[in-house]
Parts: sequence; structure tokens; C-alpha cells
Amino acid sequence: MSAPATGSKLFCLLAEYDNPDALVVAIKKTKEAGYTKIDGYSPYGVAEIADALGFVKSEMATVMLCGGLVGATSAFIMQWYLNAVDYPLNVAGRAVSDPVGWLEGWPSFIPVTFEGGILTCALSGLFGLLAVCGLPRPHHPLFNAPKFEAATRDKFFLTVEAADPKFDLHATKEFLLGLQPQSVVEVPE
Amino acid sequence: MAPHVEALPPSIGGNHTLGSVVDSIGDIATCVKPHPREWYIVFAAGFAMFGMFAVAVTYLLTMGTGIWGINVPSAWGFAIINFVWWIGIGHAGTLISAILLLLHQRWRTSINRFAEAMTIFAVMCAGVFPLLHMGRPWLAYWLFPFPNNFAMWPQFRSPLAWDVFAVSTYFTVSVVFWYVGLIPDFAVLRDSSPTKIQKWVYGMLSMGWRGSAYHWRRYEKVYLILAGISTPLVFSVHSIVSFDFAVAIVPLWHATIFPPFFVIGAIFSGFAMVLVLAIPLRKWYHLEDFITDWHIDNCAKVMLATGMMVSYGYFSEVWMAWYSHSEYEWGTSKQRMFGPYGWSFWCLIFCNFIVPQVLWVKKWRMNSIILFTVSIVALIGMWFERYVIVITLTREYIPSTWGRYAPTVWDWATFIGTFGMFFTFFMLFVRYVPMISMTEIRELLPKKSGGRDGHASAEGPP
Repeated sequence: MSAPATGSKLFCLLAEYDNPDALVVAIKKTKEAGYTKIDGYSPYGVAEIADALGFVKSEMATVMLCGGLVGATSAFIMQWYLNAVDYPLNVAGRAVSDPVGWLEGWPSFIPVTFEGGILTCALSGLFGLLAVCGLPRPHHPLFNAPKFEAATRDKFFLTVEAADPKFDLHATKEFLLGLQPQSVVEVPE
Repeated sequence: MAPHVEALPPSIGGNHTLGSVVDSIGDIATCVKPHPREWYIVFAAGFAMFGMFAVAVTYLLTMGTGIWGINVPSAWGFAIINFVWWIGIGHAGTLISAILLLLHQRWRTSINRFAEAMTIFAVMCAGVFPLLHMGRPWLAYWLFPFPNNFAMWPQFRSPLAWDVFAVSTYFTVSVVFWYVGLIPDFAVLRDSSPTKIQKWVYGMLSMGWRGSAYHWRRYEKVYLILAGISTPLVFSVHSIVSFDFAVAIVPLWHATIFPPFFVIGAIFSGFAMVLVLAIPLRKWYHLEDFITDWHIDNCAKVMLATGMMVSYGYFSEVWMAWYSHSEYEWGTSKQRMFGPYGWSFWCLIFCNFIVPQVLWVKKWRMNSIILFTVSIVALIGMWFERYVIVITLTREYIPSTWGRYAPTVWDWATFIGTFGMFFTFFMLFVRYVPMISMTEIRELLPKKSGGRDGHASAEGPP
């Protein structure tokens, strides 16, 4: 129960496990004990960890759907405006002679509409993912823990943040040690 | 009869653990394991050909497209043959990474990463041709709708305009899909690289990924949706490429069979390219545990199936030309088979229909040399397929418009030069990027080795 080595503010307590099932059990117990600012870390996505944390459904589908709809709509309006309003073109009898009569030519606008929707859907997926996850963040406090390098290799971690209302260095550490981790370390801010 | 669900071979050989997967794959990218001699040979050869490409393009930009063999009536020539061929090769990468993911084909995991890289580089090679064929590639931005003061907008009822959007979207989405898949793997490399520079570069590329369960849940969702949208995308792209032909009223081009026919041909040639890359790679880098014989066998089966489908297309084209009683369709068909370029039609029948028949025999399928050879032959055959289609322009309605087409040495230099570009980029990819997804392979490991038996990514309550 020593103080953080650097003497600076504590970010979290980090408990280490060597398989995902043990981590899932530990998270469930930590949650039952009333902790709220907890997280699980794994080298690959494990559905049960997120379920145990209560994060059952992500918001990304909504983000990508909205992104795709915006792109598809813009692509369609753009084509209609360019080829029917700003510079009306009659090609091969597929006339778009006046702004109101655009329906005559609309099927040939579909391919670009589709591609526009796919493009913005994918881009909103990438940038939305980064934004919602708060990435890029190359200097997160967790990287201060040397053991945490194994989180991308073969270890599974549980964190309880110091910002948790129920957090008490001594009591929380005792509690975590009771969950059969391989180790518990203090991670400075 | 009970289905043999349990009979599937394991997708990963050997006795791997979470850590050993990282060591086997990551250490190649971080250069902890020395690269084999073959890497240097292929890279040197590729880079030399890339140099030839630079020469050919420089000369082209100096002299104009007159140095190519294109003429009227055959105004497209090598440029579009090679464009369609390369982009078709790219499609197998998306098929493997997206469609097989949606279909829960676990064997895709070992080959999707480098197949996606293949897609990206193949699309880059493809994109070169229409750009250069414009004659003034520095004006390529005119293809996009940008506000300008010469009252000029793209004509959105032309398949050529659709093509611009289809191919640029396809390239962008392929890069996004590839990069999203790479983020956790870059994080692995960040934590396992031996040198400071590597840690810094991979750290930046990984965006500070730390494997939080919240992030994983969002990540898996994004990855799944990207697969979901890439699937129609890949079909749309090659359909639109086929519209470049099918919307024209040239006999044998103006056919509804073109979109599916093109897509299947693309998958056929793409799987051939996957095998051409996978067979040597797994040998040189000793990746037999991850790219097992089962994976190779599956690719060969896909190739056989799609080969038979394109062959059906060849048959159907001729049949419809005859059955339609259209003088021009049937006349052009006869020209195609027995005209001055008839040899190329029979070449394609030999390469795409006759040779792939050897894949029916399991023993031959499992023989790397035979399979490699068949794949090369299929690639040549698919190139001839596009050649045969494009060359149709020399024999269409009126004999007075007939002509001849022959590529020049500069056509060849540009085409072979794109191989240089492809192999240069691909070899750099093999050297610096994990060529198999460590993240997904670890998920596939059996539970006792720390994996999830491949059932880790489902969203929602268990």
C-alpha cells in the first residue's frame, strides 16, 4: 500500500488478468460494488467485457447512418442543381429541361448518389469513431504504467479511476486484490 | 443428413498463444525477424520496373498520347484494358475483407489484411490509366464538380462521370477500411517495437489506441458497418465500370449481362492475384500456421467457381448474339472468334475456362506450383478478356469504320511499369505493416489459448 512512486496525482488503479473470462468476472463484481468509473482493456474486442460494463450498444451505427444520409442527399441535390438548374443539359433525350421537371432524369443520378452516401458513411465511421473515443490521444495516463504495454499483447486489465466517487486508495486497492488479479498497480496522472 | 459443421479444419495451425501470434506476425513488420532474400529480389525488380514506369510516363507527358497505339476506331486501347484489369484484381480484396466477414467465413481472417493492401495498390495502378489517357492529366480535377468560371460541370448522365465517383469512393473507402483494421495492430507494434523511432511512428499511426472495452465495442460496430457498405460498393464499382461499355450501343457491349459478368470476372482475377501473392509469402515468411492449406484450398475453390461463372458468360454472349438474330451482334461475334483478333478470344477461353478445370482435383489444387501456375494463367486470361472486349471497337457495324489496333512499346512499358508500382508498394507494405491481422487472429484462437474461438465481436447481450 505504498504511495504512487512519482508522488503526483493518482489516475487509477490497474488490475491485471491473464484471460478475458477472469476480467469479465472482476468487472461484474466491481460494478456490483458500486464503482462507476471503471473500464476493461483487452488485446482484441471481447463482447462480454463491454456487456459487463453496461455498454451494450454503441452509438456508431447512428453516426454512420446520419453521415451516409447526409452524403447521399447532398450528392443527389448537387447533381440536380448542376445538371438541371445551373446548366440544364439534355443528353440522349434524358431531359432535365426545367428545375421542376428533374424527375424525368433522376435515375441517372442514382449511381453518384449511392457512391456519395457510401463515401460519407465510411468517413463518418472513421472520424466519428476517433471523435467519440477521444482519439488520437498518444499520451494517455495509462501509458505511464509499464505493465500496460501487455494490454495489446496478451493481458487483460481492469481500471478503477481515482475520479470515481466511491474511490478510496486503500479500500479500493484491498477490494481489487480480492478479485484475484495477477497484480494491482497505481497509475499516476 | 446432418451437416458436417464440426468437420471444418482449424483456421490456425500450430500451438499459438496470444503472445506468439504477436511474435510471429508483428516481428516481421518491426524487422526483428530478418527479411528473406526473396524480399530484396522482388523489391529490386519491382522498383526497377517502377523506374521504367517513370520513364514511360515522362515520355508520354512530353509527347502526348500519340506514342500509344490508340487510334480511331480503337480509341481506348491498353488504357482501359489495364484499368479494368487492375481494378478487377482489387475487388477480391474487398470481397475477402467485407463479404466473407458478413458471411462468417473465418478463413478470411488470415488473408484479408494483405488482400486489402492488394486492393489499394491495384486501384492505384488502375487509376493511373484513365488519368494518363486524358492526355492532360494535370487537368484531372475537371472531372469533379468544382466552382469555376467557365460554366463547366460534369455531365452526370454519363457512366464515365459515375466511374470517377465510383473509383474515387472505392479507393477512399478501401483505405478507410484497411486503416480502421490496422489501428489496433499499430498499437500492438507500438508496444512491441524494439526501437524508439518505431514506437513513435507506430504510436502515431495507432492514434493512441489502448484497447478500452468502450472503444472496442464502437470499433467492432464501425468495422462491421464498413464491411456492410463495402459489399454493395464493390458490386457497384465494377457494375459502373461495365456501364462504361454497356451503355454504349456497340454490338456485344450493349448487354444486360455485363455488370454481373464484370463483377464475377473481377473476383476471379482477384482471387488469382491473392494466390499469386499468398503462396510465395507464406513460404518465404513461414506463415503456414496462419495461411494454412485450408485457406489456399478455399481460394482455389472460389477461383474455380468464379471461373466457371465467367465461362458461362462467354457462352451466354455468343448464344445471345446468335439467338437474337441481330445481324450485327452475330457478325461481331464471328469477327471476335474468327476475325483478325480471334486468337485472343481463344486465348481467353483456354486461360479462363480450360486451364482452371485442373482445380477440380484436390491433389492438384493443393500443389503450390500447379495452383500458382493456374493463377498466373487466370490473370493472363482475364487480361485477354478485357482485350477482347475493348478490341470489339475495331469490328462493329459498318466495314468502313473497321480498323486495327496494336499496342506500342510505350503501351507495354506503362503496363509493365504498373507492376513495378504494385510490387514496390506491396513489398513496402509487407516490410512495415503486419500483413496478417494480429487482432483478429488472436480472437480466433481457442479459448484455452486466451482467444475467443472467433466469437468475440457480437454486439448486444450474450
